[in-house]
Amino acid sequence: MLLITCPHCGNRAQTEFDYVRTLDSIVTLDMAPEAAMTTLFERSNPRGIDDELWRHSHGCRQFMMLRRNRVTHEIASITPWGAA
Amino acid sequence: MSRYSALALLRGALTGQRHWDRAWRDPEPKQSYDVIVIGGGGHGLATAYYLAKVHGVRNVAVLEKGWIGGGNTGRNTTIVRSNYRQAPLHNFFEFGLKMWESLSDDLNYNVMFSPRGALLLGHSDADMARLAQLGDALRCDGIDAELMSRDEVARFEPSLDVSDRARFPIHGGLIQRRGGTARHDAVAWGYARAADGLGVDIIQNCEVTGFAMAGGTVTGVETTRGRIGAGRIGICVAGNSGHVARLAGIKLPIESQTLQAFVTEPVKPMIDTVIMSMTLHCYISQSDKGGIVLGGDPDRFPSYAQRGLPPQIEKAATEAIALVPALSRLRMVRSWAGVTDMSFDGAPIIAPLPVDGLYLNGGWCYGGFKATPASGWMYAHLLATGESHALTRPFALDRFARGATIDETGSGPQPTSR
Repeated sequence: MLLITCPHCGNRAQTEFDYVRTLDSIVTLDMAPEAAMTTLFERSNPRGIDDELWRHSHGCRQFMMLRRNRVTHEIASITPWGAA
Repeated sequence: MSRYSALALLRGALTGQRHWDRAWRDPEPKQSYDVIVIGGGGHGLATAYYLAKVHGVRNVAVLEKGWIGGGNTGRNTTIVRSNYRQAPLHNFFEFGLKMWESLSDDLNYNVMFSPRGALLLGHSDADMARLAQLGDALRCDGIDAELMSRDEVARFEPSLDVSDRARFPIHGGLIQRRGGTARHDAVAWGYARAADGLGVDIIQNCEVTGFAMAGGTVTGVETTRGRIGAGRIGICVAGNSGHVARLAGIKLPIESQTLQAFVTEPVKPMIDTVIMSMTLHCYISQSDKGGIVLGGDPDRFPSYAQRGLPPQIEKAATEAIALVPALSRLRMVRSWAGVTDMSFDGAPIIAPLPVDGLYLNGGWCYGGFKATPASGWMYAHLLATGESHALTRPFALDRFARGATIDETGSGPQPTSR
């Protein structure tokens, strides 16, 4: 199981967290329809490192950004996301 | 290639069975082919076989980065069925189920297809209404489906806990009697041998590292064994579709995730059907060797690691034991994970890509094994003619932009919840 260090709560088990989406697939309110479709559905899906939005759903419920290796499962960094 | 038969076996008895050829050649790659299929899994090998057999395109290579059938073809729970609610899905999978019924004869290779029935369980009134609706949808298209009461389920599969105090009470079920299981490795080997017999080159340990392009058209592939030219190239690497398409500069509506399966120590026959619960997302069957094969949910985050994490093992085991309490006495001997192409509506993609000469067969989520024959048949049709077969037209790449998604579970554009 992964050990994820929540920026607010410290080390917690992976089962407390949910993967939400990749950082480059966040649709903003001011996007043109075509760009919104592309952002919503297309993924770079790299066999390597990507930035992902995760949420401590069964804890403090805050969002955070994980830079993570999708082959080794190594977490390079975790940074808080959104308004504090 | 010598044909497998009882007579050949008897004849071989006189000479110590030393007359058998190797099942397929190990050729050096040629300079170019009419068609290159990237990926030597069941789907890729089946595609090459039908290209040669049905369309007469025999100058074909299958490129495999490891060994054939070493990816998801060898990592699934071998379930074969066609009981999907939506017409584009069940018509496609039914085409495949009919192929499974005569596949061993067609390939001259025993794929051990065992139509032992695929039983979907209902755990509530709402579940039973949903199963009745599913059954109606199937029967409207001539596909077998029978609604079962709780007593009928208990008689059909006595190992299930149908008591009132069960953790997941069983109200009834829907069975597709023609569904069942097949031997996954034999499917890869059977298609490989049959394709090789028709002149297809199966090239293993040959990873594609890039595409050669000229004027917006793909002209070949760069591989770990050099450049190989091709007229048409079919990507058929489910699990790694995102990675390979990116080599051609294409982003896909696919996210890769791991799905795990587990097997217990072998025991005498105790479960003689395929038990499935869509509500729990748990499936249980017994292999011919005796091991109880269990599967569950994907790990729910992007991963290319061919190994899973313990939470899903625990969840699947908990559900399986609740359904079949006798399983609690068994030891789990092995667990493994495959990398699945999670598409954004749960349906596959069999379509041309926005680069001329390049095609995609992927996005199988975790339901690709049962599709092997139909997928190969349809992809061969696309690669040979350049046109999608009528049954796979709904599986186009632009269906997301058109809003024509085929969302079996109705869970929206999320690759995590199928």
